Amino acid sequence: MKPDDKNIQWVEEPKLGLAGRMYLPLFVQGLTTTVKHLVAPKVTVSYPDQEPEIGNPLIYRGVHRLNKDEDGRVKCVACFLCATACPAHCIDIIGVESPWPDREKYPESFVIDELRCIYCGMCEEACPVDAIELTSLYNLTGRSREEMIFDKEKLLSVYDMTKDQEAMKSRSLGGTVGG
Amino acid sequence: MSATLIAALIKIAILIGGLMTAAAYLVLLERRIAAWIQDRRGPNRVGIPLTKVRVWGFGQPLADGVKFILKEEYTPAHVDKRLYVLAPVMILAAALAVFAVIPFGGVIAPLWEGMDPIPLVVAPTMNVGVLYVFALSSLAVYGVILGGWASNNKYSFLGGLRSSAQLIAYELPLGLGLLGVVLACGSLDLDTIILRQAETGVWLAFAQPLGLIVFTIAAFAEAARLPFDLPECEQELIGGYHTEYSGIKLLLFLVAEFLHMITAAFLIVILFFGGWHLWGMPAEQEVSWYVALARAVILSTKVLAVIVFFMVVRWSWPRFRFDQLMALAWKVMLPLGLVNLAAVAIFQELQLHFNPDGGLPLKLAFILASWGVCAAAWTAVAIAGPLVTDNRARRDIEPLET
Repeated sequence: MKPDDKNIQWVEEPKLGLAGRMYLPLFVQGLTTTVKHLVAPKVTVSYPDQEPEIGNPLIYRGVHRLNKDEDGRVKCVACFLCATACPAHCIDIIGVESPWPDREKYPESFVIDELRCIYCGMCEEACPVDAIELTSLYNLTGRSREEMIFDKEKLLSVYDMTKDQEAMKSRSLGGTVGG
Repeated sequence: MSATLIAALIKIAILIGGLMTAAAYLVLLERRIAAWIQDRRGPNRVGIPLTKVRVWGFGQPLADGVKFILKEEYTPAHVDKRLYVLAPVMILAAALAVFAVIPFGGVIAPLWEGMDPIPLVVAPTMNVGVLYVFALSSLAVYGVILGGWASNNKYSFLGGLRSSAQLIAYELPLGLGLLGVVLACGSLDLDTIILRQAETGVWLAFAQPLGLIVFTIAAFAEAARLPFDLPECEQELIGGYHTEYSGIKLLLFLVAEFLHMITAAFLIVILFFGGWHLWGMPAEQEVSWYVALARAVILSTKVLAVIVFFMVVRWSWPRFRFDQLMALAWKVMLPLGLVNLAAVAIFQELQLHFNPDGGLPLKLAFILASWGVCAAAWTAVAIAGPLVTDNRARRDIEPLET
């Protein structure tokens, strides 16, 4: 493209006044900005002395949990929709015939590899019965790889641990997923 | 061994220990101030080793030092070994040697009969102190150039070259800013310069504002601080002249850089802000030990204030382009420095002519006149506008057919 091309729109620089040429506004602006920030409140969160605030637990994607229904049974019906939706293939379900009359199947084993999970939240969106959900627990740690593979009991215990702080995310309760 | 030699050795030990500690803690201060300006907290976790006590990150310099010492000290195969080792040693030695003539607070009078007075300076009888400081501080550029050259690396070499051009360019306004002070005080001795300001009660910052501006900007450039840190601008040259250095050698470069800043702050305070002088303090050279101590504290506080200003300035304004840097030195600072020199010479002559003792109204008149000269010169430079450049494509000429 040549400088005289029609498609180039030339913008003139604003002319500096005498004060601008004396660098005075620049000095003042630069120093006021830095001094203002020097005394401004700091945004750093001093973790672990200070816990970070989770903005909205309803849309936060932390550690998984398996919800229970009113009778304390696992809600999951072993439909494999979450395992199918999972892009990281971290969900491993073994479904067997259900002992209860209201559903056909239930998971005998439900294992999530938390190290492989990418916390995308597709499993909770896929679930038709709001059984799997992501909580706002963010500080997941472990000393071995085996420890980070969560089985059904562990996932249900996460539900027991968090059910008081966090309601289920289903839309009827104000959440973003489910019916 | 004579007593003076022992005294000098003790002073050197105190000075080097103090300076090294000061440089280490200034690194912490710099990091904290940088963090505060960026709305962060900065390093505040490292406290006393082996305890849980955190005192605002005061253990950080120790941790940094240990890290630098324990890191692998890698010497690339393509470097010139001797110069590569020599460069950091040279730059640090030059930076430290400057402090031999910096006075820290006059002379302590004899504490008992028959004892010699103790001058609070390593080399007390040096009466060309200013020349010594400038000779040594311009020697520092050798360390930078040697480091860049010995590294055998394009970026390092560019950093070294930029540094040499910058230091040569800013040596002139630095000298011109200083000449005004020397002219007004009639001495090259730093002690005498402080004494003159203490006796008249007029700090030269008030009497020579233009000299202060020129000297301060040139001192920033000499210390290679932002907005003049072209020799090592990270975005373009990686680390500049110290790209190839690691471990303790890199530490020496970084400490020398902070020492340059401390030197610049000391010179600004001594030449323009009355050194250890505060109104109401005794203005004699020889004082009792507690006055000398108070003077040292006052001097250090002033120096610390200037250093904090250096650190705040770092985040306030963007770095100059190299052509702007050169234009500022040759087209702005040099004329301003000359105007300052001429003005100081004329005022000095007039003052002597009218009233050699210098009453307060006369002093005030000359101070006001010098501020007028400062404003006039600055405005003149702004109207001439040597820094206003338009480097966009020219539209009034035919583009070349390609």
